[in-house]
Amino acid sequence: MLVGPSGSGKTSLLRTVAGLERPRVGRVSFAGEVWLDAQRKVRLSPERRRVGYLPQDYGLFPHLDVAANVRFAGRRERPDLLERFGISNLSRARPQQLSGGERQRVALARALARDPRVLLLDEPFGALDTLTHQQVRDELSDLLAELQLPTLLVTHTFADATALGHRVGVLDQGRLAQVATPSELVRHPADATVAALTGANLLHGTATPAASGATVTLEGGGTLSSAARATGPVQIAIHPWELELANAETSTLTDTIVSVRQDRGALIIRLTRVTLQAKPIDNGQRSLEPGTTVGLRAAPGDVRVFGPGDNL
Amino acid sequence: MNPSAPSAADEPQPWVCTVGRVALIVATAVVIVIAIGFLMLPLVALITYQPLHDLISNFGSQVAVDAIKVSLKTNAIAFTLMVAFGTPFAYVLARRRFPGRSIVVTLVELPLVMPPAVAGLGLLVAFGTLGLLGHTLSALGIDLAFTQAAVVMAIVFVASPFYLRGAIAAFDAVDQTLIDVAGTLGAGPLRRMFRVALPLAGGGLGAAAAVAFARGIGEFGATILFAGSFQGRTQTLALAVYGLFDANLDQAVAIGVLLIFVSAAILLTSKLLTSSWQTSWKSTSFSPGERSIFARR
Repeated sequence: MLVGPSGSGKTSLLRTVAGLERPRVGRVSFAGEVWLDAQRKVRLSPERRRVGYLPQDYGLFPHLDVAANVRFAGRRERPDLLERFGISNLSRARPQQLSGGERQRVALARALARDPRVLLLDEPFGALDTLTHQQVRDELSDLLAELQLPTLLVTHTFADATALGHRVGVLDQGRLAQVATPSELVRHPADATVAALTGANLLHGTATPAASGATVTLEGGGTLSSAARATGPVQIAIHPWELELANAETSTLTDTIVSVRQDRGALIIRLTRVTLQAKPIDNGQRSLEPGTTVGLRAAPGDVRVFGPGDNL
Repeated sequence: MNPSAPSAADEPQPWVCTVGRVALIVATAVVIVIAIGFLMLPLVALITYQPLHDLISNFGSQVAVDAIKVSLKTNAIAFTLMVAFGTPFAYVLARRRFPGRSIVVTLVELPLVMPPAVAGLGLLVAFGTLGLLGHTLSALGIDLAFTQAAVVMAIVFVASPFYLRGAIAAFDAVDQTLIDVAGTLGAGPLRRMFRVALPLAGGGLGAAAAVAFARGIGEFGATILFAGSFQGRTQTLALAVYGLFDANLDQAVAIGVLLIFVSAAILLTSKLLTSSWQTSWKSTSFSPGERSIFARR
């Protein structure tokens, strides 16, 4: 799984692996076979690479029905594949008559008819509404587990990457920022971009060394202590669930509540500078009306410090 | 029900509005009637110029029959050449980005804006006996000017830009992703073109071909200069209208009527082609039950 913000080079990367781009530098090899070596002018055409490429919106041929779409890849009828993906009853349907989930199944069946050695999926949920999104994601997750094929999937949503992949690579401006398990990315992000992608709050400030770590004076007022040593301008990242509400008078950092909502058993409190996730039990203890000023606190170990570098 | 005085003044006066709208509708109607009248009157005049049985017997005159034969033969050859060579050419121009591409496209489109007489003159001084290439050609025993081959060349020169332009646009409109996907599914360049690009561009290609064909049927200026107007050899329908204009106006009008029907048929065909091509796979309703009954037939 590859995840990264828009324009980070995800699609270009997939297209390069598929053989659809002509990069000036780079090397792509699969199982010892060189598919691309820009320096040595080696470039295998897409039709000779055996990849199962699913572009955004799946790229089904609108002028062919489902069976013909699948037949296109292997040049023969594949009732077994239609059966396996539960689309036999749709074999005479045109792609534009199908739902998002059905389209994905047709596209996967077609890719498999090619007998690919690697699956390349580009934003498989890009065009789906939230409800379909969940359903299609679960379906894809099951299918991928069953297929046992090496899969490279790119998405801009961290949640999708974690739901589908064991190892997630974070792309940022064409550069692979970090490759790790989802939980590793959350706990130990390599940089501020990775942290932001996993849903952390980013704050700018200036660090001054303290007895144990550093004290960060934030832009817009307030300070937070971090266990990490740092000096000078920094960015800090804190996950919403690592922040705690505290008494406004005694806290070193205060903020004003913008909105409060429930999300799957958690309370999501949006403030002007950060978002905080709390257990609903806290609700009864304090008044959480929008406009209220509250204190914020975080364990110094959870306050990650990064260079001021890139800004999202 | 109880409008206060100031707000009533702000509201638009209903009767002013109505008069304005009626005037607008009347004016629009008048313009439409005048425009349609202007466009249709010559057609009506041609068709009603002579009694119907005279018109029909004039269709069968020797001049008309010869012109029909020449027109059909030369246009069929020219059309085949345009589509056979123009389609792959347009595909490459639409799909590939190479230095000088826009110059090539402009050159291809140049005959569109060139007066046909100039095109004919150009062909004559290029391929005619005393022309640039004509010298070499006549040394080889090939004499192009004033032959049926010259008619075909004139038609191709004048009409093919219409096809190329439309075909480039049609191929341009095909989603590149689909062609890319076809590649990853194992389709080589030829299969990508024939199985994906051509079917998807089909409607646009058909419409472009129809326009080019109509332009070819009506070709006059380039043909008369380069091929002349010899009955039974180079005199096409359009040239026959001009040739008979002095000698036999009734026959000229009859051929004119014939050309009107041919043009109308081409126009209708192109419209039907474009719309039916799209609807054949753009319908969005589908029910598996219905479809399986359909499939069993």
